[in-house]
Amino acid sequence: MSDKRTTVDDIVGELRSGMTIGIGGWGARRKPMAVVRALCRSDLRDLTVVAYGGPDVGLLCATGKVKKVVCPFVTLDSIALDPHWRAARQQGRVEVMEVDEGMFFLGLQAAAWRVPFLPTRAGLGSDVLTINPELRLVRSPYGAGSPYLHDPADADVELVAMPALHLDAAVVHTNRADTAGNGQILAPDPFFDPLFLGAADRRFLTTERTVDNGRLGDEGPLGTVVLHRLLTDGVAETPGGAHFTANPPDYDRDESLQKEYAASAGDPDAWEAFAARYVHVSEDEYRAHVTERTERAAR
Amino acid sequence: MTATRPDRPDLPCTRAESCVVACAEAWRGAGEVMASPFGTIPSLGARLAKLTFAPDLVLTDGEAALMVGALPIESRAADLVREAAMPYRTVFDVVWSGRRHIMMMASQIDRTGNQNLSAIGPHHQPKVQLIGVRGAPGNSVNHPTSYWVPDHSVRTFVEHVDVVSGVGYGRALAAGSGATRFHDVRRVVSNLGVFDFETPEHIMRLRSYHPGVAVGDIVAATSFSLVIPDDVAETRLPTPEELDLLRTVLDPGARRDRDIRS
Repeated sequence: MSDKRTTVDDIVGELRSGMTIGIGGWGARRKPMAVVRALCRSDLRDLTVVAYGGPDVGLLCATGKVKKVVCPFVTLDSIALDPHWRAARQQGRVEVMEVDEGMFFLGLQAAAWRVPFLPTRAGLGSDVLTINPELRLVRSPYGAGSPYLHDPADADVELVAMPALHLDAAVVHTNRADTAGNGQILAPDPFFDPLFLGAADRRFLTTERTVDNGRLGDEGPLGTVVLHRLLTDGVAETPGGAHFTANPPDYDRDESLQKEYAASAGDPDAWEAFAARYVHVSEDEYRAHVTERTERAAR
Repeated sequence: MTATRPDRPDLPCTRAESCVVACAEAWRGAGEVMASPFGTIPSLGARLAKLTFAPDLVLTDGEAALMVGALPIESRAADLVREAAMPYRTVFDVVWSGRRHIMMMASQIDRTGNQNLSAIGPHHQPKVQLIGVRGAPGNSVNHPTSYWVPDHSVRTFVEHVDVVSGVGYGRALAAGSGATRFHDVRRVVSNLGVFDFETPEHIMRLRSYHPGVAVGDIVAATSFSLVIPDDVAETRLPTPEELDLLRTVLDPGARRDRDIRS
């Protein structure tokens, strides 16, 4: 069996400018932040980022990596709006394909199932269809007289044809993983991480801790191993790899550091200071700076 | 805690408490559906409804589970009793089955119930970027949807919203049967009154004004012309039981008064 262990730097080394990259998690929850920080430090550019957006989107915009974002929202959860995202949008620095949360899910699902679109009512009547003029409707082929027509109101009904959101690469963060590439999410919600991986050509996990193949059952019920190895190409052990976003049960969101991140938007000096300590550093240095910061606050 | 209003010493409740009761009323008769309230006042409203006249409501813990009962708004996670898992992927099964009544916030709302959560100004480069359309497009065409607007003004109650996120009646009609089949924008509750769309053209109607609010105040704070019935009534007062539940059980820390002052 192949050993899929890799490193964050090798994951980022596989990515190219202009790629479409899916980032798992939701808002400021279980984001693969170690990879996001590595992307920020890289010379990649013109990325299309596909995410239920949080500080991953804000940081990548603030460091000029992003051409376009595909998302239903960008939020820091405990802070409603990510001011870095807000600034990028209001200054016209990024394009956006803004869609309904459910449309987004169906876009990933369609890509994972290798169909060009999935139909949904979500989006009908809304400006999602006017701000994304390439989106199309599809008419139900089951009209009056069809044995498959259950609800007469659905005869020839027009629905949104949510296109597959195909990803060149996807990265998600898990609580545990094994050397073969199975991933375990001990937090109560796996969000849409299996679909991000299913929608992508190259699929990567980062994880708090890697165990031997077959040992994930020791870490929690097998039902929490929701990412099986058919969905993954590489696993990088990165303790604290989702920090400062929430990654229960390993750690909660670092609200204090998130506040500092948010406050650094719109103040070039504050942003430079934040980026110097928490972005343009290795993961070891990042962890050291976070520890130092926490100890300083405790004194 | 302010138990009475300085401007209306005859009233037994604060404005925030009127708003909670008005939100709770949105779920009257809802039966066994998921109530998804956004914001402190709607959250208190859903819990109050569940503890009184809508006991079958299904509430989530705000994360990935359904919770038993209706606990105080400031409960710790450890105090929650969970009855079932409800990860976000599963929430869409509920949304698209129609067994849900959400109360979302609205940065802007217009006279046929279009709501905006996305951006103020042109979408390609907004004057003010908001949170994003979130689930509003899909919610509004799949199950009953209500809105909570804590700051009723001509900037929030507008003639036309800048980015239609939640779909109103006119837009649903124009989009065809796929949009109208399950479309049901029920109520709008603001800090000034309660509104619905139970008019021939589905134009927003003043359903009730909160105690202490004049109809003229509402008209002056609304950019479009509302339908105002001759016999429009005051929002009902909380019952003594409701006030007691709210003040001693659900919100002893009076978080409701931080959202709405009176």
